[in-house]
Amino acid sequence: MGYSAFKVFWQGLTGNKGWQPAWREPDPRPQYDIIIIGGGGHGLATAYYLAKEFGVRNVAVVEKGWLGSGNIGRNTTIIRANYLLPGNQPFYELSLKLWENLEQDFNYNAMVSQRSILNLIHSDPQRDAFARRANAMRLSGADSELLGPDEIRALCPFLDFDNARFPIQGALRQKRGGTVRHDAVAWGYARGADMHGVDIIQNCEVTGIDITDGVCTGVQTTRGPIRAKKVAMCAAGSSGRVAALADMRLPIESHVLQAFVTEGLKPTLPGVITFGAGHFYVSQSDKGGLVFGGDIDGYNTYAQRGNLPVVEDVCEGGMAIMPMIGRARLLRGWGGVMDMSMDGSPFIDKTGTQGLYVNAGWCYGGFKATPASGYCYAHLLAKDQPHEVATQFRLDRFRRGAPIDEKGVGAQPNLH
Amino acid sequence: MIINHPLLGPRDAAEFVYLGDASLMDRPDGMTASDEEMHDYMYLRDNPAGEHRELWYHEQGDRSWLVVTRNTLTHEITMVELARDVARSRGRSK
Ligand SMILES: Cc1cc2nc3c(=O)[nH]c(=O)nc-3n(C[C@H](O)[C@H](O)[C@H](O)COP(=O)(O)OP(=O)(O)OC[C@H]3O[C@@H](n4cnc5c(N)ncnc54)[C@H](O)[C@@H]3O)c2cc1C
Repeated sequence: MGYSAFKVFWQGLTGNKGWQPAWREPDPRPQYDIIIIGGGGHGLATAYYLAKEFGVRNVAVVEKGWLGSGNIGRNTTIIRANYLLPGNQPFYELSLKLWENLEQDFNYNAMVSQRSILNLIHSDPQRDAFARRANAMRLSGADSELLGPDEIRALCPFLDFDNARFPIQGALRQKRGGTVRHDAVAWGYARGADMHGVDIIQNCEVTGIDITDGVCTGVQTTRGPIRAKKVAMCAAGSSGRVAALADMRLPIESHVLQAFVTEGLKPTLPGVITFGAGHFYVSQSDKGGLVFGGDIDGYNTYAQRGNLPVVEDVCEGGMAIMPMIGRARLLRGWGGVMDMSMDGSPFIDKTGTQGLYVNAGWCYGGFKATPASGYCYAHLLAKDQPHEVATQFRLDRFRRGAPIDEKGVGAQPNLH
Repeated sequence: MIINHPLLGPRDAAEFVYLGDASLMDRPDGMTASDEEMHDYMYLRDNPAGEHRELWYHEQGDRSWLVVTRNTLTHEITMVELARDVARSRGRSK
């Protein structure tokens, strides 16, 4: 059933009685061409593009909870393509392009809002670094501009410009960056994949990966065994646990990231704002709440909750850059478990086992990557060749001395 | 989280810096180890859900390294040892 403004209008007049479920709830079939482990944003996007762009329709997405129970429903919804390194930036630019046409493509309102992102600059060396980044962004075809303090004052008069320690000297802006309603992304991809014949199987945990003579033949689940020609791991924060089912150790540690939202306020923030001297970022949701976050807690965890020192640290960051936030009441805080990789960059790759593939290591930035991750993973699964913008997301890149380390901090996941 | 320091008693985890899996103590000898061994030591982790032995450094305290046994599902800490003692118990000189 296609959605349109006319349909919304008509349903409004007829008591909203004609809506149908957006996707089926099938039982698992005994065999598929491809099984995707994990029905988060990336898994659902992979299934959607496999069916729609690559003609592979005999696909199942196997999800241990309900759709949207993972990080796709927990993130702070920011999209952007403002990376520095050639291994990353073209990939994120492709993602931004896919976001720009996503709602038309899958016929679902994901509230993609390109309200811009401002990365604040507080020192001369930081301006140099951001100027270099702005150039790298342009080389990949993305937009970028450097703003001076006066332009920022006009946009965000509420920031603490003359802070004695961290005065605001400028900003890197990407106008095409912004926010998207995260759970609508999961629902839109799920509905789109379902319409192309993909089975989405919820409440079905993968408990084993079957490997015979180095070839992956299927998975064991809480709803019975399922055979498959190819098995695609896509479990984000649980990547380590899923890979362990195939006796693999990954270059990943699982960490928790917290996020917070205040009571609803009148429209105040023009877009996404990030503090350049501490770790704090904030945007305003369409309901009016200020959505913000900062550093990860910094220790291995699978508990979807963090601790108080980080809450304090994030709030201090907020007060340093935007003192008026102290007047808003906090409504909620929550945490999500993320797959922090050894260089802060992701993996979309084959594994040493034939027929077993991995998509992991998205750290705290995988939401913006959802469309391109799905597209590139589908490309790899369908053609056994990496997509041209994802050729460097290899599992063996540390062995080859080719990490993609945006921050240059080395193999220390809690510093990325 | 509160870490019960063997010498100083209960301390707030915010005083510590986290390094990672306690297996990082067992660095292979760089002169003799194979590339493969060095790669696995540097980059691969067990990343278990459940009991995890890990290294914490008391930066804002007595600067000792601790081996903390903590559950990654509940954050419950069940054992805290001086890393020095753990290393010595395995026959290392320090
Ligand atoms: C607080 C927070 C804020 C964030 N903010 C941003 C942001 O502003 N911008 C941005 O780009 N990124 C952000 N991120 C990161 C982003 O959310 C993640 O990188 C991304 O969502 C991960 O991909 P996913 O959607 O596929 O993950 P998930 O939604 O977590 O999907 C993984 C799925 O796998 C399932 N699974 C696990 N094990 C099994 C199993 N054995 N069998 C079956 N299924 C299994 C899980 O139940 C889960 O549904 C944030 C993350 C957090 C936690």
